[in-house]
Order: sequence, then C-alpha cells, then structure tokens
Amino acid sequence: MPEPVISVSGLRVSYGDLEAVKGVDLEVSEGEIFAFLGPNGAGKTTTVSVLEGYLERDGGEVSVLGVDPARADRAWRSKVGFVLQECRMEGLLTVRETLEMYAGYYERPRSVEETIGLVGLAEKADERAGRLSGGQQRRLDVAVALIGDAELLFLDEPTTGFDPSARRQAWKVIEGLRELGKTVMLTTHYMDEAQALADHVAVISEGAIIATGTPDDLGGRRNAATRVSFEAPANGAGAGLEESVGGEWSRESGLVVLRTTDPTRSLNQLTAWALANDFQLEGLEVAQPSLEDVYLELTGGERGEGGP
Amino acid sequence: MSAPALVLHQFRYEQKVFWRSPPAVFFTVMFPVIFLVLFASLFGDGEIDGLGIKASTYYVPGIITLAVVSATLVNVAMRVVEMRESGRLKRLRGTPLPTWAYIGGRVCNAFVVSLVMVVLVTAIGHFLYGVPIPTETIPALLVTLIVGTFSFCSLGLALSCAIPSEEAAPPITNFVVLPLYFLSGVFVPESELPDGVLNIADHFPIRHFFQSCLTVFDPNTVGAGFEWGNLLNVALWGVAGVLITVKFFSWSPRRG
Repeated sequence: MPEPVISVSGLRVSYGDLEAVKGVDLEVSEGEIFAFLGPNGAGKTTTVSVLEGYLERDGGEVSVLGVDPARADRAWRSKVGFVLQECRMEGLLTVRETLEMYAGYYERPRSVEETIGLVGLAEKADERAGRLSGGQQRRLDVAVALIGDAELLFLDEPTTGFDPSARRQAWKVIEGLRELGKTVMLTTHYMDEAQALADHVAVISEGAIIATGTPDDLGGRRNAATRVSFEAPANGAGAGLEESVGGEWSRESGLVVLRTTDPTRSLNQLTAWALANDFQLEGLEVAQPSLEDVYLELTGGERGEGGP
Repeated sequence: MSAPALVLHQFRYEQKVFWRSPPAVFFTVMFPVIFLVLFASLFGDGEIDGLGIKASTYYVPGIITLAVVSATLVNVAMRVVEMRESGRLKRLRGTPLPTWAYIGGRVCNAFVVSLVMVVLVTAIGHFLYGVPIPTETIPALLVTLIVGTFSFCSLGLALSCAIPSEEAAPPITNFVVLPLYFLSGVFVPESELPDGVLNIADHFPIRHFFQSCLTVFDPNTVGAGFEWGNLLNVALWGVAGVLITVKFFSWSPRRG
C-alpha cells in the first residue's frame, strides 16, 4: 500500500469556546478525487484550511504529502495547488499575464498556453481578467491552481455560481486532472458534482465525519429501498392494490409511493394488478435514492453551528 | 529563479497593474502635476518669507513629497487591502513565492514610480517656471528617495493592518495623509503656518521628508544637502511601520 496523500486522525479545531471540528479522521489516496461534503458551517472549510496550512489546529495528527502542513515550506507549497472559496483575480492583467505571473513562482510550471486550453479560455487569453464572466473568472482561478503542476489540488467549491454548461465544462477539467494522475480534494455542496466526479466521499456534520464511502455506497445507498411512485387515482379506483403488492405504501402530496427492497418483484406485481384491473399508472416513476436523498437523510434538518 | 529575478518578476507585473489602473495613475501622477501647475501659476513669483526662495521653487519639493507619499504609502495601503480582501493575498501565501519577494516587487514599483515623479515634477518646474535643477545635491535627493520609499511603504503596510475593508481604504488613507500635507507645509508655505502647527507636524515623517527634499532644491543650500536629522526621523517611522506590520499583518480577508 502506498502512503496516503492526506492522512488525518483526531483533528480538532476550536474558535474560542466553539469546537468547530471535533475529532475528524480522513484518508485520501494518491490519484483519487475525494469529495468532502457537508452543510454550511459543518467544519468543511475549517478542516480544509488546516490541510492547506492556513489554520493552526488544536489537536490531532495531520500529514499532507508526508509533511505536517503547519510546518509547510516552499518545496511543499510548490506541490500543492488551491482554488479558494472566494478569490477575485487581478482584473487589470490579461488571462495570459496572470498565468505567466503565477508560473514565475514555480521551479517547474506547466505550459501557460496548454493550461489556458485546459480550462477552455484559449479565446480569452488576451482579455483582461476583469472583463471575464463569473464562470470564466473561476476557470482562470482553476488555471492558476494548475499552473504550478502540483501533485495535490484543493478545490473549495470550484463551481459555485456556474451556469449548468460551465459546470459541465469544469467537471471535464477536474476529470482531466485524474488522467494527469493528480490527487484532488474537492469541497462541494452539489451532490451531483460529487456523484459525477468523486472516487470517495466523506460527509461532515457538526464537526464530525458521519459517513464515508464511494458515492454509490454512501449511507447504505446501494441496499436502500427503491421508491416507486404514481399519481393518486380518483376516488374509488385502485382499491385492493395495496394488499396485492409487497412493500411499504405511503402518500406524498398527490402521489402514491411504494418503497421496496425487491423492486423487480414489486414492479411485476404492480403492473400485473394494473393490467388486470384496467388501471392507469399515471406519472409512474421508479427511483433509486439519489446521493442527495442519502445526504439529506444523513444531515437531516441539522443547522450547522461550526466555524467559518 | 534567483532572488533578484523573483523580485524583478513581481515588479514587472506590479508596474503593469499600476499604469493600467486609472485611480492610481490619476492620484499619483495627474493630481500632483495639476497641483504643481496650479500653485506655481498662482503664487510662483512670490517669495517665501524667511527662506529667500521663490514659491515655485518651494512647491517643487512640496509636490514631490505629495507624489512620493502617494506612490508609496497610499498606493501600498490601497493595493494590499484590495489584494487581502479579494483573497489574492491568501492565495499568494499558498504559492512558493517568498514573502520578501512579494514585498520587494511592491517596494521596487513604488520606488520607480517615485523616481518618475521626481523627474516629471522637476522637469515641469524647470521648463515652465524656471526652477533650478539641483546638481550637487542629487546624491542627497537619491538617499532621501530611498529612505522615503522604504519608510512610507512600510507605513503603508502598517496602515493596511488598520483598514477593515476595501471600501474603507480610500477614506482612512486620505484621513491620515491629507491633514499632514497641510500641516507639513506641502500645500501652504510653512511661512504662513503658525509655529504650533509645525510643532505638531514635526512629529510625523511627511514634514521631515519634505524638509529633506526642500534642502535639495533650495538654491541657497551649501554642500551636499544631506538632512541626516530629518532622514533619521523618517527612517525611525519606517522601522515602527515594520514592527507594526510584523505584529498585525493579515493574509486572509477580514470580512467573514
């Protein structure tokens, strides 16, 4: 087993009396995309700030690329790239100038032109950053994170404020990082983003990790009940249906909902009964619980009170 | 990259940003030039009581003081606050660029802009108003400029620590420097100021920097024109600025 790129055990951080992170354990392996999920104020950004070397911790062991980030030196900084949650680039420099400036800080930077192409800003290379759209500025931010050719990238909510097509494009860039062999720690509150990109996921809530796994397995999702739903029939119709089909029945705002752990059998029974009774299953839907459903259930209704 | 190359690299981009920024160019370049033309045209031929020099000769070092403080203290405070609040300073902290190289680039930029302004103001003074160009005192002018750049950049960094947001940067910075320009005799000739005012101004570096510049441009100056006492005061303020900066400087945005 190669050494993990990030290894955290028992991490604790407090702001005054407030314990924002209460004993977090994490492990991120080389070359994977690791998504770190959690509600606002759950301790995500606090944890990542410690890993990035920006914040002092109050307890626990942290190793990032074999080094304690509290003692980061220039060599370590050249191996780690960042997209911070909020960063506005210098508006008076062009895209190319911005990247040339940052490239100058590194011993072995990536090619500026290639990096511009990678984030899809080739046509805007000579445009001043201040004239780019919000999504394009964020892509410039990602390009700056890549220019040092770091081994490990921290992307803190990199697609917040993107329109759907810009998000897809950003996902392509992040997937490209996997092909380059980079390790990525992605903080996000978009579940579809984690589903599309991540190899592993950890959910933090109120300063503690409450679930880890692959996006497909998280919170027992693979074995969770399938949800079958259709529009509730008019008065009288459908009598006797619930006795004929196995599963857990309920009503949700005009829908009849069936939860079943044996969807093949249940669907067969349901459609057989419908045909036999000349009953239309209007708006029939069959759904596996999404990562978002699992996430909401895990963090259910909790309002985080953690740090920034 | 070697250390000087890193500073030079940073300096190049600071220069680009400075000359592309309309407010920076207006307040540091245009503003002093307008004041020089205004003051020298209105009062140029009058003589300053007690100094035995023409008002136009008096205003050249005065406006140089205005331009240098603007290129250094004002510019550094505004830019550093803007970079801090935009998150760029924090981002920079995460790169291998050493802190001294970043500050070195910034100080070099301030020095070059100051030098350009000294040449520009002296040239306008000479060609439009016949102000004599100093010769023997040029080394003293350069030393004054170097000490002034160091100290006022350092004070700009120190001041940035006291500015909570980007919006607060211009009012706070102007609140600090504008009264000192008046009290120090930069706008109003010192012969017109009551002694009490000059005694207050004597505690602050703008007055001492101005006096060093005045000696350089004063045709009655005998010798090399080094104002060591005044320069020491400016330098000590610079040291105080460094100490404040080391203690209170923040890389991360203050908001949130």
